[in-house]
Amino acid sequence: MALTTTPLLADGRTDAREQVEFGINVAQRGLWREAIYRWEKAVELDPKYAAAFNDLGIAYEHEGQLDKARRAYEKAMALDPNNTQIRQNYDLFKEINDRAVQSKDK
Amino acid sequence: MTARFSRKTNSTLAVAGVALVCAAFAAGCGVEVYEVPVETPIPAKLDISAFQRVLVAGFVAGGSEDVDTNQETVRLLRSQLRTKSGLRVIDADPMQLVDVAQEQNKAATADAAPPAAEGPSVRTTTPAETTAATSLPQKIKDEKDIEPYDRLFANTAYWKRIGEEYQNPLIVTGTVLFAPRSSSGLVTREQEVYDGLGRRRVIPTRVYMERKGFMLRPKFVFIDGRTGATISSLSRREEVLYSAQNETPALSSYFELMDRIVPDFLGTLSTQKIKGTRVLLK
Repeated sequence: MALTTTPLLADGRTDAREQVEFGINVAQRGLWREAIYRWEKAVELDPKYAAAFNDLGIAYEHEGQLDKARRAYEKAMALDPNNTQIRQNYDLFKEINDRAVQSKDK
Repeated sequence: MTARFSRKTNSTLAVAGVALVCAAFAAGCGVEVYEVPVETPIPAKLDISAFQRVLVAGFVAGGSEDVDTNQETVRLLRSQLRTKSGLRVIDADPMQLVDVAQEQNKAATADAAPPAAEGPSVRTTTPAETTAATSLPQKIKDEKDIEPYDRLFANTAYWKRIGEEYQNPLIVTGTVLFAPRSSSGLVTREQEVYDGLGRRRVIPTRVYMERKGFMLRPKFVFIDGRTGATISSLSRREEVLYSAQNETPALSSYFELMDRIVPDFLGTLSTQKIKGTRVLLK
């Protein structure tokens, strides 16, 4: 069983990584919607891929989809709790998100 | 539009700095990271989609006589709205709302007064009439003086008429108090000291200081020009103090304080974009 699932997982990560790389490429050129499409695919292919969730969080944030961004960042942190870069991204996002929530409540 | 953080700037910069250091460290270790600029849109607090035009009508203003607070506030908000919102800004002379409120108050007082020479009949006044008859201070020096003017914004008939005059725009009005402030007491300051070896150290020292400056307390009122009803209001209070020797002009202090308040004002009416950087990971 282990012999059959390991290559499948590896393939999932390889495919997901390709999607993540493509997403980074287009995001750097400002094509955030395309990047979201790629990173959503990546987390479908490999639901344990913390970097993909991190990138997705950034893209949702840029598009103003703050609830989705929060969920994506939190998933990334749950998958890789010791990753300082994910934590920093989340902290920066949270500061803005808190401000947006406060202004809604006023 | 790009908003600036007034309060959390230092912590944001610190976190961003740590993020950059971490990114550089990770890059050194072979982890692939990509720093990207992001602009997070923060939706407007008010839904003003029904309006294409805005009238910054004028403000009940008081406090310092060195600044024409009504005129300056109208000018500043109009120029900000022109460049940082999608609304068309109506050009009109700023309304002198202190005079308007005084006139309305006089009329209300006359209406509430018992008719003369009508014998001993007793006329009871309603609570509304009592409020209307309360006199408004001619000269606005502090918060206590400006508060009674708030009832001007509840006069829906008046604001509906103003709305009709300008073809039903969103109306921005309110009160602005810009007043001198002074304080004295112990303040923590950093002082440079050199030890016997000439090494420099900075130590916090408590010193007694007399300080003076200004306080700015605007209350922005947003009125639906079609109905005259208040949609929302936004109150803020900011203060700046300098050492007693500092001769900062009142107008500079006014702009310094308004600079802290304007992002919140704009955030009420239009989407703001907060610029920052994030780290993409592979």
